[in-house]
Amino acid sequence: MSKTYYDPADLRKFGNITEWSEELGNKFFEYYGKVFEEGALTAREKSLIALAVAHTEQCPYCIDAYSKDTLQRGVTKEEMMEAIHVGAAIKSGATLVHGVQMMNKVNKLDG
Amino acid sequence: MAVKSLKKQGSDLAQSNKQLEILSNGIFQSGELPTFKNKISETNQFPLKAKKLEILQINVGYMCNQVCDHCHVDAGPDRKEIMTRDTMRQCLEVIKNSGAHTLDLTGGAPEMNPDFRWFVEEAAKVGIKDFIVRSNLTIIRANKKYYDLPEFFKKHNVHVVSSMPHWTRGKTDKQRGDGVFDKSIKALQELNAVGYGMPNSDLRLDLVYNPSGAFLPGDQASMEKDFKKALLEDFNIQFHNLFAITNLPIARFLDYLIASENYEDYMFSLVEAYNPAAVKNVMCTNTLSISWDGYLFDCDFNQMLELPVNSKVKHISEYNEELLEGRNIVISQHCYGCTAGAGSSCQGNTIPAEAGIS
Ligand code: SF4
Ligand code: SF4
Repeated sequence: MSKTYYDPADLRKFGNITEWSEELGNKFFEYYGKVFEEGALTAREKSLIALAVAHTEQCPYCIDAYSKDTLQRGVTKEEMMEAIHVGAAIKSGATLVHGVQMMNKVNKLDG
Repeated sequence: MAVKSLKKQGSDLAQSNKQLEILSNGIFQSGELPTFKNKISETNQFPLKAKKLEILQINVGYMCNQVCDHCHVDAGPDRKEIMTRDTMRQCLEVIKNSGAHTLDLTGGAPEMNPDFRWFVEEAAKVGIKDFIVRSNLTIIRANKKYYDLPEFFKKHNVHVVSSMPHWTRGKTDKQRGDGVFDKSIKALQELNAVGYGMPNSDLRLDLVYNPSGAFLPGDQASMEKDFKKALLEDFNIQFHNLFAITNLPIARFLDYLIASENYEDYMFSLVEAYNPAAVKNVMCTNTLSISWDGYLFDCDFNQMLELPVNSKVKHISEYNEELLEGRNIVISQHCYGCTAGAGSSCQGNTIPAEAGIS
């Protein structure tokens, strides 16, 4: 089998990070669990946000995890793809809006 | 979408011993599954014991007008196993003499058994509180001779429990076949029209949701909300409850898991979601499943795996409540499917939502 940096089976071992720093690890998982509880936003909405962020962060583990999680919550393919476009739009907008900083700098230096 | 049962295809997986071998030995590359027996032993729940009989589930035949991808029965139009009127008579005797309050008819499509109506009429007379027919909905639209089923159900106050994988056409048809969604919608509208599923109606109409792929069902309560909203807005359909059921790795679903290389991950997902609190109420503890030829099993899944009850009494003709009560339930790795998350049975979750793990 060809070696890659990412092994999908490692996702199942995520919980093991507590082994080398129990207190911080546990605090993280407690926080993580709370964040995804049903609140002002539904768990379904949170799962879709997580899916979009997983893509902008380009984390393969999170993409796998939240593709499955959204499916489990009955989210449709169309909804999933739209969520990713929202992430992509923000990411590209965030890149482009820095163009204003570039323009400011260039105008100042090259006025 | 399959067109034939595994049995008709001559597949290895049509044999229960082959399925059991895969379930017991696994085909894992990374790690091994703990055995279900060891897992439940950790919380002193082994052996699982049968309690007092409450639900009699009768499988009246494996014939079905559909060939759904994930069918744990491996049902289809080519399956000929069908319960005879004689065996039905034996079941009726037991219904009369047992304390069971619920009768649950399943299949295949139970309506395709030629003696289905006779059986419903006879069984309705014996004072069962909840008389369930598991209808796949499309049967109501399959052929003229079934068009009056909603009226027939109403006449006998049958509790209709129907499968509906999703509120969208794409997902439903993917699992159950092209055109199934539209026919199911039409059938639901017809059931609504005679009074089924209305908020204050006694004519119970519940839907069963099971995932369309290699993933577990989401939270039952929020799925129910989403189903209700979508079906009402899009099709003006109402129903009572949604039961979220986990797909068990048996027959065509097992075949699909292996073929799509999802078997290992799926089994690990089940074990990760294992919830010791769900063990207490697994349906085999208060249910008895009867096969088309009258043999007794702890559940419909054990029936398909040909794992008979662990009792001297093996057949409905020898039924003896005392000998069956307290028997050890026969378990294997497929039982992880009933104990994942909030638990899964034919009536949906086995523990209330607040106690579950979402
Ligand atoms: S899942 Fe139900 S409707 Fe589908 S083939 Fe099996 S018995 Fe028939
Ligand atoms: S598969 Fe059958 S025997 Fe196993 S836990 Fe579920 S209901 Fe019980």
